[in-house]
Amino acid sequence: MPMIQFILNNKTIKTSQNSGMTLLDFVRYEQSLTGTKIGCREGDCGACTVLVGTLKNNEHIEYQSITSCISPLGNAHGKHIVTVEGTNLQDKLTTAQEAMKANYATQCGFCTPGFVVSLTGFALSNSEKNHNNALNAISGNICRCTGYKAIEKAAYQVVEKLQDQKTDNSFNWLIKNEFIPDYFKSIPKRLKDLDVKNIQQPKGKYVSGGTDLYVQQADNLVDNSVHLIAEKDYLKEITFNNNICTIGSNSTVSDLWNNTELNAKLPNLRKYLKLVSSEQIRNMASFGGNLVNASPIADMAIFFLALNSKITITNVEEEKERIISLKNFYQGYKTYDLKEGELIKNITFKLPTDQTFFNFEKVCKRTHLDIASVNSAIQISLANNIISTAHISIGGVSAIPKYLHKTSSFLAGKTLTSKTIIEANDILQEEISPISDVRGTSDYKRLLGRQLFFAHFIELFPKQFTLKDFVQHA
Amino acid sequence: MHKNKLNNSLNLKLDHVSNALKKSVKNIDSYTHVRGESLYVDDVIVRQGTFHAVVFDSPKAHGIIKSIDYSKAEALEGVERIFTCKDIPGKNEIGGIIHDEPLFAENEVHFWGMPIALIVAKTEFIARKARELIQIEIEELPVITTAKEAKVKGSFINAPRSFSLGDTEKAFSSCEYIFEGETFSNGQEHLYIEAQGAYSEPLENGNIKITSSTQGPTSVQKTIANVLGIAMHKIEVDVTRLGGGFGGKEDQATPWAVMAALATYYLNKSVKLILNRHDDLRMTGKRHPYESTYKIGLSKDLKILAYQVEFLQNSGAAADLSPAIAERTLFHATNSYYVPNVLSKVLSCKTNLPPNTAFRGFGGPQGMFVIESAIAKAASKIGVSARQIQETNLLNENDTFSYGQIAKKVEAKNTWNSAKDIFDIDALEDEIEYFNKNNATFKKGLALMPITFGISFTNTSMNHARALVHIYLDGSIGISTAAVEMGQGVNTKIMQIAAQVFSVSLDKIKIETTNTTRVANTSPSAASSTADLNGKSTLMACNSLLERLKKVASENLNVLEENIKLKDEFVYINDEKSNLSWTELISKAMFNRVALTENAHYATPEIHFDKTKEKGHPFAYHVYGTAIFTTTVDCIRGTYEFDSVKIVHDYGKSMSEGIDLGQVEGALVQGIGWMTMEEIAYNSNGKLLSNALSTYKVPDVFSVPKSIEVIPVETDGNDMAILKSKAVGEPPLMYGIGAYFAIQNAIKAFNPNYKVKFHAPMTPEKVLMSLYSE
Repeated sequence: MPMIQFILNNKTIKTSQNSGMTLLDFVRYEQSLTGTKIGCREGDCGACTVLVGTLKNNEHIEYQSITSCISPLGNAHGKHIVTVEGTNLQDKLTTAQEAMKANYATQCGFCTPGFVVSLTGFALSNSEKNHNNALNAISGNICRCTGYKAIEKAAYQVVEKLQDQKTDNSFNWLIKNEFIPDYFKSIPKRLKDLDVKNIQQPKGKYVSGGTDLYVQQADNLVDNSVHLIAEKDYLKEITFNNNICTIGSNSTVSDLWNNTELNAKLPNLRKYLKLVSSEQIRNMASFGGNLVNASPIADMAIFFLALNSKITITNVEEEKERIISLKNFYQGYKTYDLKEGELIKNITFKLPTDQTFFNFEKVCKRTHLDIASVNSAIQISLANNIISTAHISIGGVSAIPKYLHKTSSFLAGKTLTSKTIIEANDILQEEISPISDVRGTSDYKRLLGRQLFFAHFIELFPKQFTLKDFVQHA
Repeated sequence: MHKNKLNNSLNLKLDHVSNALKKSVKNIDSYTHVRGESLYVDDVIVRQGTFHAVVFDSPKAHGIIKSIDYSKAEALEGVERIFTCKDIPGKNEIGGIIHDEPLFAENEVHFWGMPIALIVAKTEFIARKARELIQIEIEELPVITTAKEAKVKGSFINAPRSFSLGDTEKAFSSCEYIFEGETFSNGQEHLYIEAQGAYSEPLENGNIKITSSTQGPTSVQKTIANVLGIAMHKIEVDVTRLGGGFGGKEDQATPWAVMAALATYYLNKSVKLILNRHDDLRMTGKRHPYESTYKIGLSKDLKILAYQVEFLQNSGAAADLSPAIAERTLFHATNSYYVPNVLSKVLSCKTNLPPNTAFRGFGGPQGMFVIESAIAKAASKIGVSARQIQETNLLNENDTFSYGQIAKKVEAKNTWNSAKDIFDIDALEDEIEYFNKNNATFKKGLALMPITFGISFTNTSMNHARALVHIYLDGSIGISTAAVEMGQGVNTKIMQIAAQVFSVSLDKIKIETTNTTRVANTSPSAASSTADLNGKSTLMACNSLLERLKKVASENLNVLEENIKLKDEFVYINDEKSNLSWTELISKAMFNRVALTENAHYATPEIHFDKTKEKGHPFAYHVYGTAIFTTTVDCIRGTYEFDSVKIVHDYGKSMSEGIDLGQVEGALVQGIGWMTMEEIAYNSNGKLLSNALSTYKVPDVFSVPKSIEVIPVETDGNDMAILKSKAVGEPPLMYGIGAYFAIQNAIKAFNPNYKVKFHAPMTPEKVLMSLYSE
């Protein structure tokens, strides 16, 4: 039995527990750290939020928040895991805790440790210390008591206390200013000293971040062997070469969010990605997992379909690789072109140029941390107001994340006018076949499909189009 | 008709708590909350050999159980035993108001998720695996999911109730305008973040201790005794705190505690039963959906002369608290308005949904939504703003409610006018008009929402509580009451009261767990009344002790009792500090054999209600307020945001400003959730579709109003409220109703063809469909 080793708060753990058991169960029931709460066991409430510290370049540690309920224990191997207890100081409150208390940001208290951990993670993170980022940090934490205004005040108080943080020796500063306890200083060395050879993974279900699989079949994964791939280096990198971007399929949504070059090429990237689940989930969820989960409303699939991406599929044991177009990957509801033993290795796409425009739209019941009723993306290239190419994808209106072949090819070669777009919508409506379900009636999804299609053009060409150009009443 | 007389010996000298305390006091639990050290049921350190239990429930909404095969489940290694209705030694009966609900299904199942058996095993994981191995065969019977369908089929929980004032029929004949319509408001999932659960431990002599996440410890105790067929004194129920309740744990925390106790009864072992989220969502009831029809009549000058309404309450498969909730719907059918002629009727319709239950507001919100809809409809037909009709009909002093109570110390107009003045409603309306004129893709909407909510259990006999106060010989204090802390801050308020009476620091006081062996025969923590009832009894107990201690001081210092005061943990004589400290005073009292324990009983005076006449004076007082909503609708996408909610609220004289503000904001956002994104969905077979947090959405940090301002209205407070600090738990939830109308007004600004509809929640789907309706 392989030993999983990591540091939990201030304690080194060596365990032979199943690597497929959830980190939540391990900390609560094996380690009796009951500050980490069970709210939903599917990453949708944040009561079980913990921090994961990863040693980078063998010297400093990067901390991210995750929901421990859908994270396999094995993914903690070689990491520093911090629960709310691990943030506690002796006989006094940390700055984040004090902010929560002072602003009446805790009522029943059940969600509170999750918020405290998320805010502590924010303090430890590299992100700019502003109000927006503070709210992003708690985007995966649900509170049913306070109505959030008090929590918002607490988060802003944390931002204020972080204003004069020195970035160079951030641990010392955070310890001195009572954000984290003193033992954090010892963690980098202790992590380095851990004997963390890669664990030989058993044959079994491939699991990366686990954010879909642990929602769907946690009990099976706990029981059976899981083959953890989150730490596989060959699946990780984001590289740029001659305007071609290659993203390893293990890259998390946060890896995309944090990538400077990608943000430069897709200036609204964070606006789009903010619509994708919560910060905790983005920190875990691999985009490759989103592709193979094959949900008809998979945000990442919709996103990369419009970028006309190609995917590299690898069979590690047979050392074979093949490349296919993402739009040919999906075959039917939850079925796709991936054979036994194969993995998606990476995705490649051409970066947008000056005359290429990209937009992503998503509407759901709740704007954030929700699954789309309909989502859609577009990439359109223009030359003298003539559309040279268009790639449009739409989710939630078909059995698969849908690339709109006909609508896209209709647009190619046309002049960019409202008439063209309205006509294109007629084709779009023929291409989609929404069904009524808990995310909306088919009529609604049709209407929303139209609206999001128009929204692309209103967003991308605000000087040229307004809502009035497409619909009545306005 | 009877009236409780106010205990005249009760010396309520404390009008209100000191300013310093009321502004500064934090929730006393917050220190352990933020450190993750507060204990909830699932955090209790379990005894060795504890078993874990999982409930096996019906996979159909209605049918006859033809066969169940437990053999494979029983054979699974680690499974200890499976309990069914056959194992119940007492009565298979858990209904609180009407005895119509079994703990475990017998021959028939009545809703999808109805408990059938309890699987007890070494681990929860094994119990869950075993559950998958149970094979059940059900002969399906017709399923009713809507109240309307139940009415057609004559399926009811109990006889209808009806309130009447004046003569509606006559009044309608003199109305200038008459409008009729239908409304629907959907249910709402409580979504306490801590799911239902209980932990049961065997004591000696067949006694059982239950740690339960319940708002009603006595109800748990009584029901266990009834199901096990043993005396109540053999059952001890203990509650440290709840991770949220909102009414969902008033009645529906009980079955899980009973099941755990049943297993302990047989196995003589500790048993833990914590529902996982999916089980909780599927097996428990929610806020009642209502389908209602109304007829409203107005005079030429917009006075509402007559209002007739029929509420169809979707009660679910058993009574639970539905009759009481239906009653409160009638109490609040006219919200903040005086209507001289009212005829209201409610039918509790029996359907095949899980028994719907208490949820913050307790039927009040459903009643108010209908009259606000009727007003909005009338306004749109007449061509005036709803605000004009609302304002014309606000309640005045000495107006009569349809249930006969005379409105006293009315703050309806005061809060309304204050809100208009403070927040400059005219400027706000101009701003919105200007915005809408100049904006094609976004439209703003505004709505005002007044509230009037009655405080007391409408069942008069439930309005009582007790407090047991011990002063220990070192001067520290322990207080037990019937109050259950669930985030509302009641323990903090009780602590404030004792600290104020004895003038000791808060750290001298401990609020004990809520435990049926210390405080017995209690009403649940509900109806916004917990702080009033338990606070008043605490105040009485502390005052009695104070009198005794003053006597001790008087004898010791040889001064008159009336010249003695306790201040900052010292005895003061004529406002001068003496050498006698609090601790020394307690020692002297002990030495003199003076009782340092007091138990006080408080029963709300003046209230009464005669159900045979449907008239009386059921409420100790009312809480008032007015909210102004502004929203922005994205007319491309059908999504919306709330720019602001501005409220003038009647706190009375708030004793804990931070805590009370938290209640207002939290309730408001919960109310907005009910009216906007929270959508319960069952299919026609009675299966819950919104069965996880991925399909049932509650507000998150980004979806709440950008700004919430709450201004306290200036009043004298009300003596019936604890230290004049009015109940605050439920009333502000109903501000949330304004969200619906604000969005609707924005839709109207975009789509002139839109016909007003009253079908809540107003999801982005409904908004988009309305924006583009023909």
